[in-house]
Amino acid sequence: MSDMPLTRAERKRQRRIRRFDNPWLNPKLFWGAGLLLTIIAVGILGRLFWDPELVFVGSGIPKMPPPGFENLRGQSGTFANPLGTEGSGRDMLALIIIGAPNSLYVGLMASLIGMSVGIFLGFTSGFMGGRTDDVIRVLSDVMITIPPLLILVVFQSAFGDVTLTMMALLIAGFVWQSPTRLIRAQVLSMKQSGYVQMARLSGASTWHIMFKEMLPNLVPYLFGSFIANVTTSIVTAVGLEVLGLGPQRIPTLGRTIYEAINAGALIQNLWWWWGIPTLLLAVMFIGLLLINLGLDEVSNPRLRKLKL
Amino acid sequence: MQTIPRAYLLNRLLTLFLTVFIAATLIWIIPRLSPVDPAEIMLGRMAAGAGAVADSEAILAQLRQNFGLDDPLFVQYLKYLWNTVTFNFGLSTATFPTPVSVLIAQALPWTLGLMILSLIITFFIGNLLGALMVWEKSPKFVRVAIPAAMVFTSIPPILSGLLLMWIFAAKLRWFPLTGAYGLTVEPGWSWDFAVSVMHHGFLPALSIVIVTFGFWALGMRGLMITVQGEDYVTLAKAKGLRPRYILYKYMIRNAILPQITAFALKVGLLIAGQVLVERIFAFNGMGKLLYDAILDQDFPVIQGVSFVIILMTALSVFIVDLIYPFIDPRIRHEVAS
Repeated sequence: MSDMPLTRAERKRQRRIRRFDNPWLNPKLFWGAGLLLTIIAVGILGRLFWDPELVFVGSGIPKMPPPGFENLRGQSGTFANPLGTEGSGRDMLALIIIGAPNSLYVGLMASLIGMSVGIFLGFTSGFMGGRTDDVIRVLSDVMITIPPLLILVVFQSAFGDVTLTMMALLIAGFVWQSPTRLIRAQVLSMKQSGYVQMARLSGASTWHIMFKEMLPNLVPYLFGSFIANVTTSIVTAVGLEVLGLGPQRIPTLGRTIYEAINAGALIQNLWWWWGIPTLLLAVMFIGLLLINLGLDEVSNPRLRKLKL
Repeated sequence: MQTIPRAYLLNRLLTLFLTVFIAATLIWIIPRLSPVDPAEIMLGRMAAGAGAVADSEAILAQLRQNFGLDDPLFVQYLKYLWNTVTFNFGLSTATFPTPVSVLIAQALPWTLGLMILSLIITFFIGNLLGALMVWEKSPKFVRVAIPAAMVFTSIPPILSGLLLMWIFAAKLRWFPLTGAYGLTVEPGWSWDFAVSVMHHGFLPALSIVIVTFGFWALGMRGLMITVQGEDYVTLAKAKGLRPRYILYKYMIRNAILPQITAFALKVGLLIAGQVLVERIFAFNGMGKLLYDAILDQDFPVIQGVSFVIILMTALSVFIVDLIYPFIDPRIRHEVAS
């Protein structure tokens, strides 16, 4: 950079180059985040513009189709229920307004807790070494093989109803392993790197080295692992709900699917009942996948050249 | 042929043992923290069946004794561990007095069959497509179509299963909606039965395949990018070998091996996903058994099924860890990672 004053056009051009050089401005990241934010927006704005009370049983005529369609009884849909109603008369629109954020909430919450535990254990393991490292390593190796769904099934069938937060906490107990392993591996390799040695020689505290020197380099990996964990958590939560477990009194997308299957919605051609929550979950997972692919490209520049 | 170093084998065995031990312990502890009493559930079922039960206190005490709930906790735990190791999960409370192990033995072949079949199919399709995505000689539509199809691979198989069920079973009626074989055929080694099984198994397998091949394809893509720049590929091109020959013999063969370890990380999710697919298709495997048990609050079955599935997962990871270095001689059995 020279000290010569730049013309306005030059400054503009430089700003543009800098902007397009920013790996974080990745189209996949953008679209993925957009999809998720849309779902969140539907959850927030929906409560303002649509009556959430319609989510209660019997608030409408059961099994009404969306407008423009007919159900088996020959009733055609009305705009009172723009997405139809399910088997006990709940309004589908209200159901997804309340239900979709619940699924995301469980995913984010579980993943956030798992991530925090993972960061803590990963750094501890990588820095302390010795026995502590052995215990944490073996434990994360062991826990990564146990599918969370099965343990949670045992838990829920023994305890009955749970709240959303409780479910998130339970799932969090199974998503700390991959961040732990990731951070441990990175810390071990970074410990030998020049800038960490340099920081140590300059008398930086361990705390400073961990959070100021190492953590910023881990951010893309951590984000990637975080998003992957959100997906795993939501899949587990939906899995529980589809098995008829999970929160019993709060509307969730998985529980709606569960009730639809049990009521034979597939054979009765009530596609809006199971189809809308399925579609919404699919959009959620696609959004998460896009974010993950985008983050991959951010952290691994080699992938950027290839079009996916 | 190399031999497995003893330290490595011990390390893997320890992990396997700990996994099974921790899983078994969790399965044992969790219900005991709960206020629900299995004996009372059993009595409740009797009362629901018969209208009223006389001497309910005496029956409760007898049931508790039968379930071994009178022993001190530590003794119960040791007994439980021994029973688990010998696959004795007690008697099902819903279909009393069938042993849980008998129910599991009936369901397990179906689950294993579906799993192995869909796994083999996805492994081949996924790796081939992943390789084609990177290969420079691939037709243009392959490079556009595969990534588009991959978007669906983030979806859990239960959602794809529902969609396929609706299109091919409910709407088009090409395939049956539920079950693992027709109601009219007699299970046995007959042609009719085999056809019926394949007919019923197609949709569950397909719903797993279409959402899991992308995982392999993505991994393969990453590995192929690395292999693509290797000197031996450049040399092969310079020698004038046919591009297709280079793809199969030089690139895929070298890239595919690390994919096998990816399986170890994914197997848990695969099995859990399949449990749910079996549940929605009412396919006679472990998933359906588990779901029925949840409906009936049949704790011994829930515990048994959960344990067996976790055991399956842990064993597959163990086997992959052991055989992988034999498949790929570049990798040595490392004692610690």
